[in-house]
Amino acid sequence: MSIKLTIPTALRKITRDADVVEAEPGTVREIIASLDESFHGFGSRICEDEDKLRRFINIYVDGEDIRFLDNLSTRVRDGAELAIVLAIAGG
Amino acid sequence: MTFINGLKCRECGREYSKRAIAGCEECFAPLEVDYDYDAISRVLSREVISARPNNLWRYRELLPLEREPAVGLASGGTPLIRAERLGRVLGIRDLYIKNDSVNSPTLSFKDRVTAVAINKALEFGLEAVGCASTGNLANSVAASAASAGLPAYILIPHNLELNKIIATSIYGAQVITVRGNYDDVNRLCAELAERYPWGFVNVNLRPFYGEGSKTFGYEIAEQLGWRAPAAIVVPMAGGSLITKIHKGLKELERLGLLEEVGTRLFGAQAEGCNPITSAVKRGSTEIKPVKPATIAKSLAIGNPADGYHAARLIAQTRGWADDASDEEVAAGIQLLAETEGIFAESAGGVTIAVTKKLIEQGRINTDDLTVIAITGNGLKTPDAVKLPKPICIEPKIDHFDRVASGLAATV
Repeated sequence: MSIKLTIPTALRKITRDADVVEAEPGTVREIIASLDESFHGFGSRICEDEDKLRRFINIYVDGEDIRFLDNLSTRVRDGAELAIVLAIAGG
Repeated sequence: MTFINGLKCRECGREYSKRAIAGCEECFAPLEVDYDYDAISRVLSREVISARPNNLWRYRELLPLEREPAVGLASGGTPLIRAERLGRVLGIRDLYIKNDSVNSPTLSFKDRVTAVAINKALEFGLEAVGCASTGNLANSVAASAASAGLPAYILIPHNLELNKIIATSIYGAQVITVRGNYDDVNRLCAELAERYPWGFVNVNLRPFYGEGSKTFGYEIAEQLGWRAPAAIVVPMAGGSLITKIHKGLKELERLGLLEEVGTRLFGAQAEGCNPITSAVKRGSTEIKPVKPATIAKSLAIGNPADGYHAARLIAQTRGWADDASDEEVAAGIQLLAETEGIFAESAGGVTIAVTKKLIEQGRINTDDLTVIAITGNGLKTPDAVKLPKPICIEPKIDHFDRVASGLAATV
């Protein structure tokens, strides 16, 4: 088993057009680091620094915003689904 | 004739061609329409604008359409009312209400953004439109899509007010209620926009959609006799409207249609969903998302995408932000209705209640020319107010006489 991560269009140049990529369980920070090894530049595109996501991007673990969990330290269990989603307008 | 150069990232400045796109592909920030203001200033004057019909298209050079609009032709042009009676209660002399509760076609300020977004969807040849909504946008997209002959897919939280659901379904839109709060619906919508080649007005049509809100600011300035107010109080959900009102005023200044704009921006949220006002009160622009719990469902966005920009502009303009409890919201709706004869939805109650606080706190001065933004109609959220049941009598004159003489209880 592994976890699945949905990639928005804006990042697919980095993931070589993949809209879903797989990773091993761990914290969100570890998952981003491991994907940065497979897809060079991935980490710096979505994080300002090691401890902070960029302002206009959100990460969800099984539908829950990681800011309501443990941010980048959120543990992601086997089989979970992660989504990277742009912050968008509303009303 | 078009005055649009393209799209430009608000944060990093990267440029994009005109197309349906959600945000900057580099830093993910929102995109702004990049206008040729020099060319606009050569054709647009106060006289040209004033001679046109009273709807939002009188500012068409400052809106991102490249063809004549086909729908939303009567949107905008709502009243700006001198609110003397409300002003007396709040202790302020120069108070106005910008009343979008009577906007066309669906009684909220969202008719402004939708007018631009649906016309843009037609220009791009998109086969369907959709949106995530807390209600007002749902009503507006459904109505405009119907008049454009486009299918509409509307996603809303499952617990939305019944009236807002009816006022969406009636237009033949496909309404999908989603188990979760607005932020869950919005995330789903963002993901759907990646998969379906449609125009999601608040996602991939967002750079254009938001521009419609500028007309709220243009109209206020024009209706004040080409003056910018000293203060404006605006309800905040995603935070976009307050930023676009400011953009609109600054554009008029840049075009020489207004003197220097010194308007201070004041934001209003509900206590049960106050991520932007909390940031402002902390002296920060960092938005901490919340789980909304408020009767002001149209403002129940816990993760406001334009919150950062709104908080930044509020600070820059030396404004402030505050929030109101559910009881204060209900009292605000009633106060506006009883003093000015305007029945606003719960967001309007939020804005009235917060204006009262800002004046009491001395953040808005009693001689500041102040405009309160009323953005939606009370008939959409009747459950927000608890009113006594009307007195029931027999069809007899003496029964009425007793009511008139204050003996109602004995009838």
